Amino acid sequence: MSSQDLLQKLETLADAAKYDASCASSGTTKKNSLGGKGIGSTEGRGICHAYAPDGRCISLLKVLLTNHCIFDCHYCVNRKSSNVRRARFSPQEVVDLTLAFYRRNYIEGLFLSSGIVKSSNHTMEQIVEVARILREEHDFRGYIHLKTIPEADPELVHQAGLYADRVSINVELPTDAGLTRLAPDKDARQIEGAMAGVKAGITEATDAKKRFRHAPRFVPAGQSTQMIVGADTATDADIVGKASQLYDSFRLRRVYYSAFSPIPDASAVLPLKRPPLIREHRLYQSDWLMRFYGYQPGEVMQATETDGNLPLDIDPKLAWALKFRERFPVDVNRGSKDELLRVPGLGVKAVHKIIASRRHWTLRLEDVGRLTLSLTKVRPFICTADWRPLVLGDRADLRSLLAPRTEQLELFAA
Amino acid sequence: MSAAAKSVADRYFVVSLPDADDFDAWREAARGLVQAGVSPERVAWTAPGVSGDLFAQQDADGGGPQFRPPRPGAPPVRANRRFVSLARNAVLHSDPERFALLYRLLWRLQRNPHVMEDKADPEVRRLEELDRNVRRDSHKMHAFVRFRLVENETDGEHYVAWFEPEHHILRANAGFFVRRFANMKWSILTPAGSLHWDGDVLSEGPPAQRSDAPGGDPMEDLWRSYYASIFNPARLKIGAMLKEMPRKYWKNMPEAALIPELIAGAQKRESKMVTAGALDMGERPETLAAIGHAIHACRHCPIGQLDNDAVMGEGPLGATLMIVGEQPGDQEDMTGRPFVGPAGQLLDRHLEHAGIDRRAAYVTNAVKHFKFVPRGKRRLHQSPTAKEIDVCRWWVESERMIVKPKLVLALGASAARGMLGKTVSVTKMGGAPIALEDGSELWLTVHPSYLLRLDGAARAEQTRLFDADLAGVKARLEALGA
Repeated sequence: MSSQDLLQKLETLADAAKYDASCASSGTTKKNSLGGKGIGSTEGRGICHAYAPDGRCISLLKVLLTNHCIFDCHYCVNRKSSNVRRARFSPQEVVDLTLAFYRRNYIEGLFLSSGIVKSSNHTMEQIVEVARILREEHDFRGYIHLKTIPEADPELVHQAGLYADRVSINVELPTDAGLTRLAPDKDARQIEGAMAGVKAGITEATDAKKRFRHAPRFVPAGQSTQMIVGADTATDADIVGKASQLYDSFRLRRVYYSAFSPIPDASAVLPLKRPPLIREHRLYQSDWLMRFYGYQPGEVMQATETDGNLPLDIDPKLAWALKFRERFPVDVNRGSKDELLRVPGLGVKAVHKIIASRRHWTLRLEDVGRLTLSLTKVRPFICTADWRPLVLGDRADLRSLLAPRTEQLELFAA
Repeated sequence: MSAAAKSVADRYFVVSLPDADDFDAWREAARGLVQAGVSPERVAWTAPGVSGDLFAQQDADGGGPQFRPPRPGAPPVRANRRFVSLARNAVLHSDPERFALLYRLLWRLQRNPHVMEDKADPEVRRLEELDRNVRRDSHKMHAFVRFRLVENETDGEHYVAWFEPEHHILRANAGFFVRRFANMKWSILTPAGSLHWDGDVLSEGPPAQRSDAPGGDPMEDLWRSYYASIFNPARLKIGAMLKEMPRKYWKNMPEAALIPELIAGAQKRESKMVTAGALDMGERPETLAAIGHAIHACRHCPIGQLDNDAVMGEGPLGATLMIVGEQPGDQEDMTGRPFVGPAGQLLDRHLEHAGIDRRAAYVTNAVKHFKFVPRGKRRLHQSPTAKEIDVCRWWVESERMIVKPKLVLALGASAARGMLGKTVSVTKMGGAPIALEDGSELWLTVHPSYLLRLDGAARAEQTRLFDADLAGVKARLEALGA
């Protein structure tokens, strides 16, 4: 294999993998290469080794084993009917690339996915083989994220879990109807069945770990999934509802949202217009509200507008606060942590700082200003020793006061 | 007054620390000073790379922390865990004031053990900021150090990196690289010193230069092509990239050299994907008959999949004037001829008024199929999207190449986009010729259906402008010898 061929394959197969948003390398067990034969470590926090001009971090070598695929999912650049250039790595080539990149400190590890060739089982075997060579032959102790194929034999998925730090199965679309229409070869029940299988494996391994110190690790960084936003008619409320159901049922670590983006040779079924990137951002914000701010999924849905979508001009937390003004203002000197977490403009860190500081003295507006980034946003929703928003909270135009002034028109809007 | 007569607490001290990142030495000295009751104003701190406070040096007669050990029974020095953990990092900061700041806080901690909990205190905030800066710099070092493979005669494969940290973090982060690359021989070179790991032992070396880390690692080409391929040009967010990967790190990262060209090319790559770039329309037809045949089978955009039939342009080959409309309407779709509906009839009247012979012109549309939504028995016209127009450009351009008109009159914004490939303002760019690539010229005016939608004074005014535009075209046609 000449290096020129390898270069071209890498280009094709990395290009095909870039529509997967996940790049996390955090949250796995701590390990390092001291006393081993190979290289690699994971120390809790993930590391982003580079950033591309799309603002996304590059933490893992994210490639497909092959972009040949027997499925025909409309949103996917690698679908059977697409005429992209096809390529295929051998497991050994992926292993060599991963190690070469890792030694130069370019990456935290490998994120391997694949189009489906021959059969689901054959593809899954190849994916597992890459992980096996890395772990067993090279004693690689970096991060491995494997995309599993829901149609594959559960035993193979289990194998993958034994080598990988994280596994993921994409639900792709928030509604069953969307999946049937855009991914005719996929089956929602099968996807959820595979997620349930991984969850059971994790529960079992955690349990075994309590009893036997050397019980095998199984997906220590948990499982994640991805949903495509804007390829079908699902509203933000549908998406938030689906995400919270997934978090609850399968104890997912993360749900990633990926704004449908134009792909080369797009299928005619897809919308011609891409959704604004800000929509994806608002969904992540609502995800954060559920995971870190104690909002119930129903409450996030209350922040949506009549069409079921989150407002694009303001963040979901502010939208919720504007709808439930009777919950404000919150007294920063007396309000509970949960109440403070609902104040637009106060993050988790700021709330902790407020609670630590108010033990020592009564906070004034100026003190709050030093603990947060922007006082303008917070002011209508709090009272302090020297501040009480009298009129502001009742003003009908509060939203326009707080929303970002004017937005520059998109220069290249078609 | 002689020095001996002064009590320790009244004297000035200059403490010289052996290394810029030596926390333990600072702690030893600070502990002694606190126990001796030396207030922060009377201590100046120096370390390699840190200039001391000149005023204190002149006045100082302590020279260093060589004062007597504290009396037995002196109160123990108190510092809580939070302070110590922040101080360990803050010492690594490049701020020359860091040692003095730490001492002031330590001094305050003796009287008020809760100082660190006051998050609004300026000194606590500064300490937290130093800690944050150092942690960030360390994190970026873990991320952005780039090793290069150097083949070495004595010990085989050796990996060398050149890195320029902002703070004194090299030594403190050695452990990370040892744990990660335990079975690899590597060196990290910085302007302030270097670290070497031979697989067993970590050693320190003198400051180095960039040229000590030779280039030429072929793997960098693969890495660069990976970086370029994983980038999605459809979602450019330069600000987000710069926030996490500031320019100061770029010079030592092989992939960063690609960034400007990736950004510059992104817009082009996206529009190529969105528009016809990804479509394979096959070979360009060479006769009008071939186009007229092929458009009926065109399904490259969703309009072609509606229940409708393509409408071909009509007019003599070699016509001087080509008139381009938006798309066929209901009647055009049924008759299969362009501009026969209400808008077409209005156009005919105005052309006649301007003295332009429609039969001598080639009349066609930017989009070949009728886009509509059904409402009961009626079919309501829908404007084509930019992408649909762009896809259909292929056909109207093919027509233009065959007819070879000297002047093209585009009616409305859709027709303008069909001719130019970009959206322009018809009112702003109308009334004057726009040069096209093949030497012919393009004139823009509104679509006659726009006049049909107006009434009253607005209609009269727009009709006047429309007539003026047509008169301009007529004059130009005469100048062109038609």
